Amino acid sequence: MTRRNLALVGLAFVAALLAGCRGDRSQTDLTLAGSTSIQPFADKWAEVFMQAHPDLGVNVQGGGSSSGIQACKSGACQIGMSSRELKGDEKDLVEIVVARDGLAIIVHPSNPVRGAKVAEIKQIFAGDLRNWSLLGGADKPITVVTREEGSGTRGAFQELVMGKTRIFRGAITEDSNGTVREIIAHDPAAIGFISLGLVNEQVRALDLDGAAATDENIENGRYKLVRPFLFVSRGEPAGLAKEFVDFVLSAEGQALVKKEGLLPVR
Amino acid sequence: MSGAGKPRGRNRLERNDRLVRLALLVVAFSAVSVLLVITVFIVGQGTPIMFKYGLKSFLTGSSWYPSEKLFGLWPMIVGSLFVTAGALVIGVPFGLSCAIVLTEFSSKKVRRLIKPVIELLAGIPSVVYGFMGVVILVPFIRQTFGGPGLSVLAAAIILGVMILPTIISISVDALQAVPPSYREGSIALGATRWQTVKMVLFPAARSGIIASVILGMGRAVGETMATIMVAGNAAEVPGSLLAPVRTLTSNVALEMSYATGEHREALFATGVVLFVIIMVLNTIANATSARRRKQS
Repeated sequence: MTRRNLALVGLAFVAALLAGCRGDRSQTDLTLAGSTSIQPFADKWAEVFMQAHPDLGVNVQGGGSSSGIQACKSGACQIGMSSRELKGDEKDLVEIVVARDGLAIIVHPSNPVRGAKVAEIKQIFAGDLRNWSLLGGADKPITVVTREEGSGTRGAFQELVMGKTRIFRGAITEDSNGTVREIIAHDPAAIGFISLGLVNEQVRALDLDGAAATDENIENGRYKLVRPFLFVSRGEPAGLAKEFVDFVLSAEGQALVKKEGLLPVR
Repeated sequence: MSGAGKPRGRNRLERNDRLVRLALLVVAFSAVSVLLVITVFIVGQGTPIMFKYGLKSFLTGSSWYPSEKLFGLWPMIVGSLFVTAGALVIGVPFGLSCAIVLTEFSSKKVRRLIKPVIELLAGIPSVVYGFMGVVILVPFIRQTFGGPGLSVLAAAIILGVMILPTIISISVDALQAVPPSYREGSIALGATRWQTVKMVLFPAARSGIIASVILGMGRAVGETMATIMVAGNAAEVPGSLLAPVRTLTSNVALEMSYATGEHREALFATGVVLFVIIMVLNTIANATSARRRKQS
């Protein structure tokens, strides 16, 4: 009797192990590929989408905006993800803006510096401009805080502000928007960047080239640090792809966008 | 089943015995095999990229920009060494003094009070140490000495406290293992308590004390959470005690969430370097404690 119980327990254990291994979905009905900045959000969308449609498999791959667009053109994936505008011969694809990624340059609320030129921000993060007095602030060395390599927010900052210039090695590096905000909220000499949606009263967003970081200025294009998150496809999305895009643009999909610090489009 | 005679019954018992032994053996070896799997996996994932870009540029390159295919681990290797050395400078004097007081200069009552408290120190999760560091230590350093506060100094102090329990408990064991006759002999020859500690007990317990320091060092090298929180993580060889620093462990934990392709492999390679350092430290620790056993 006891031996049978033992065998049952053993069987249950093995079954549990096997169940744990089953997580790999072999079946793929819809493939998305492209921007590694969008990938984490697409993963979330796919996860929630698959909860509602347990019989479907949505596969999200990285690779970068350009390779995602190419994969979409060649038909290797149904939806390409791009965190930059389409250009040249890419324009024959249908693009759908699913979210926008804005960046705020933040400082301590007590910092007398209210705004800066984007070029000055670039110099600060390149390590060439190192004292607040050069921007009309106190005579204090600037503490530069950045995000880790691979982060989408860092990718956006690199693209929108730095261009080809590197962020200097001595910059303090943290692995989340929250930590960056926390450090800047407590260090009067610090500067950093976070997603626009996550700015709160603990920190102050700098005006850039004379434009405050507001929804209005983003709308009329005066605040420059914003980039679109695009889904692209050959022709209007149809079938499952359309269902997925509709879900992303639905109230539920956009709520997810907002929760992660992006700017929703609806 | 019905016709089970005596010999068949015994056979069954023997068979059961063999089965149980086999099952236990499998379970026991699965624990060992976990280590094997980890080793094979990390080395398998991490070494190809080291050889692709050259071992030398990997270990001595000073630029860590994975998005530009620059994988120089030198700042992190130096960072780990600096922070660990700092932790030892702080942890060893405090730890050894504490061990000496506990074994030589305190009553049973005091010992019974302090020993559990120190053991409790070992049970505090590292994220709590890190949090204390961020809330208290970092602002203190920023206001007192200047700089961003997130620094080599902050990491060294936090790690110095974290390795205290390791150093104290192993040193206490080593000091207590010295035969009482040594102590009595020394006192009988007219040596003072301190002279006895310095000239008799310390040399006798030396290898145990060294092992405690090396194990503490291993803990400091491997600590991640607390270091990430207080060190500032700049991928640059720190120019001063007040400059931010990134360790090998921080490098992996900081960047693993979004790393793909070669960036990910480079993080595994960081793991390989760390693995080698820890292996060397543990081997030294084992060798010294083995020598101690042989001596006694």
